[in-house]
Amino acid sequence: MRCKRCRGPAVVEVRRHNAAFCKRCFPEVVTEQVRKAIRRFEMFDRGDRVLVAVSGGKDSLALWDILLDLGYDVTGLYLGLGIGEYSDRSHDIAEAFARARGAELRVVDLAEAYGFDIPTAGRRGSRSTCAVCGLSKRYVFNAAALDGNFDVIATGHNLDDEAATLLGNILRWNTEYIARQTPLLPARDGFVKKVKPLHRLSELETAAYAFLRGIEYVVEECPLVAGNTQLRYKDAMNAIEATSPGTKAQFFLGYLDRGMPLFAQNDDDVVLQPCGSCGHPTTGRFCAFCRARAQILGRRLDGPIPDDDREVVRASSDEVMPAEIYGRTA
Amino acid sequence: MRVTLRNPDREVDLPGGRPIREVLDELGIDGDTVLVIRDGELVTRHDHVGHDDVLEIRPVISGGADEV
Repeated sequence: MRCKRCRGPAVVEVRRHNAAFCKRCFPEVVTEQVRKAIRRFEMFDRGDRVLVAVSGGKDSLALWDILLDLGYDVTGLYLGLGIGEYSDRSHDIAEAFARARGAELRVVDLAEAYGFDIPTAGRRGSRSTCAVCGLSKRYVFNAAALDGNFDVIATGHNLDDEAATLLGNILRWNTEYIARQTPLLPARDGFVKKVKPLHRLSELETAAYAFLRGIEYVVEECPLVAGNTQLRYKDAMNAIEATSPGTKAQFFLGYLDRGMPLFAQNDDDVVLQPCGSCGHPTTGRFCAFCRARAQILGRRLDGPIPDDDREVVRASSDEVMPAEIYGRTA
Repeated sequence: MRVTLRNPDREVDLPGGRPIREVLDELGIDGDTVLVIRDGELVTRHDHVGHDDVLEIRPVISGGADEV
């Protein structure tokens, strides 16, 4: 195969574009897709301080690399999840990338800062370890962005992620989630603006970019991800893509063009108030993160559980156990 | 030809001298879900692999937080 741009030997095939690219042109093609995404959704400007959520994986490191090359003011944030050697290696890789690029990496350790790690959350009766992980990441990234006066949080969500998420939300008709699945969530009331600059790129493209740029990233899968719903949706989308190249892009990018307006909701009707425990914005008395944390640590949100207060704890279990994470109690 | 597969990590010996897409078909692997690295260089499924080549087949699909 020949590179579509320069006719040199191709090393990456992008079937949905019916094209292939050489090792010199492909990183430029990827960078242009990111530039296009930033421009179309007005994600951030040169003067903005960008906080990139870094996991040590291919997507977040590729994103960080691209944004640094484009000259943006970008700092990385790594959240230590406490998943044994997997987290240790992820952290080491993120640090190595930062050193090599002369970039700043901030680190938050979930256990040190909040008293629990993800394996603990999984053992304490959670039906979805991945859901608690995602909740923790969103909470900590927002908190760190606020504390550090960052203008925007950038995450490495790619086209495969977005297509699988959209599929799952449509299968369950989670219309509120569908409405919020945009490459840009504006800032409001204690929530920092969030953007997904890689949303036009498939996982194959981000992986190939990272490889061609010589970026070492974590290849091994998270040991806690087995049976993850997201992976099943990705498998389904890839099965369709194999026989109909371009389906994922048509599905998600088509949703952005033609579907999103149909699901748009007016957030002005949503009243946010400070969480009674941490002060972060929430629609209820306590935010989902604080409720999950209290359940994991076996605490009442307004203090430790007295021995003679178990009945109150049982009665208030719905309050401290977020149903959207752990499911309805019996 | 030695083939290294990842996630889980394992090695297999397969005959070379054919297009990489045939190797992927034999292993039951969708070519759009992996990087194929021949002797340290990225290649496409249309390229050929020799009998003495070393191939790494690296999955690109990652799990993630269940945001649905």
